Amino acid sequence: MSLHDHDHRDHDHPHEPLTTGGEPVAAARVRALVDLLVEKGVVGRDDVRQRIDWLVSRSPSGGARLVARSWVDPEFRQRLLADTRAAAFELDLDPGPSPVVIALENTETVHHMVVCTLCSCYPKALLGPPPDWYKDFPYRSRAVSEPRAVLEEFGVHLDADVELRVVDSTADIRYLVIPQRPSGTEALREDELAALVTRDSMIGVAIPAVPSPAAS
Amino acid sequence: MHDRGGWPTDAPIDRSEHELADWEVLMDSLVGALGQEGVMNVDELRRGIEGMPPNEYETAAYYERWLYSVEAILTEKGVLAPGELDARLET
Amino acid sequence: MYQRGQEVRVAARQHEGHHRTPAYLKGKQGTVTRVHASFLNPETHAYGKDGLPEQALYLVSFAQSDVWPEYHGDAADRLYVDVFEHWLGEAG
Repeated sequence: MSLHDHDHRDHDHPHEPLTTGGEPVAAARVRALVDLLVEKGVVGRDDVRQRIDWLVSRSPSGGARLVARSWVDPEFRQRLLADTRAAAFELDLDPGPSPVVIALENTETVHHMVVCTLCSCYPKALLGPPPDWYKDFPYRSRAVSEPRAVLEEFGVHLDADVELRVVDSTADIRYLVIPQRPSGTEALREDELAALVTRDSMIGVAIPAVPSPAAS
Repeated sequence: MHDRGGWPTDAPIDRSEHELADWEVLMDSLVGALGQEGVMNVDELRRGIEGMPPNEYETAAYYERWLYSVEAILTEKGVLAPGELDARLET
Repeated sequence: MYQRGQEVRVAARQHEGHHRTPAYLKGKQGTVTRVHASFLNPETHAYGKDGLPEQALYLVSFAQSDVWPEYHGDAADRLYVDVFEHWLGEAG
């Protein structure tokens, strides 16, 4: 695999070396690898296609629906916290291949934040693919050791009396943060509530906001 | 190299995002299909990534690491012959 | 083997090869907060073995100030990590 000589201190995302066509060298290699493995009968072309279709269909809307339902229905909320996969199936959502998904409830006194320091474990069935920053080294290093500073960078200030719980997903469990319902949303329908729930709020690095009147 | 928790760093978190390119979606999907077929599992994927030479691990893009790992693991298992993919790319 | 509320200590041993106990946690003491199901052992499953027998997995909670000597946050802040049973011992 080819590498490049310049250093990366001036930016954080490692990037792929480019060919003159603008695609990284790896792109052709991946396609050739897939072709080779399909020819050898190691994997089926249709299986790969099905997975492509699944991955591109993933978005944070699944997670947002779980959160919004939990805001309006206290009994659903209890079921969501007790067995998150089962709660997802109730809403016809695919919770993904992990055998266990755990919803982490944010409250007035507890705020959760999720990281995978060892690689990039993430509930992508319910949130879509993870953002680059989640997979890159600065977040993975700092989220466990200086989480409040990380939150400040994301524009979130937690009061000192709020307990911050950072969850490092190291094994088979996937974690989804259930943010608090913002005040002033009593009149909103469930679908309008779901629109307030951002992907970042379900990772724990953002807090859902009420849209300003000018935006509606 | 992969065990990054608490590493000292002054790097700010770069929040710019990019939509996955077709080849990245393909790479991710290939790994899923290999898992489904019982050819290679996610623990092997991670072990393969962790076996990268440190300078390559540091500079490779995310799905380049996956590519490295799949090639290494499948070659180890004899599913790919050494150099087989290179030879195909040269034709 | 371990129960919710029990104080445990993460083993401080080195491990050559794939394992999922982060270095920053080794030797630290925490409290079991969840008893998960058992899962395939990644340390063997990563090397072409079947990963059996399954290993019990626990969500263990640590005081941040116990993990990082210079933690600059709130005294109540905590770190929660999933740790396999064979990496834990009784504390105290």
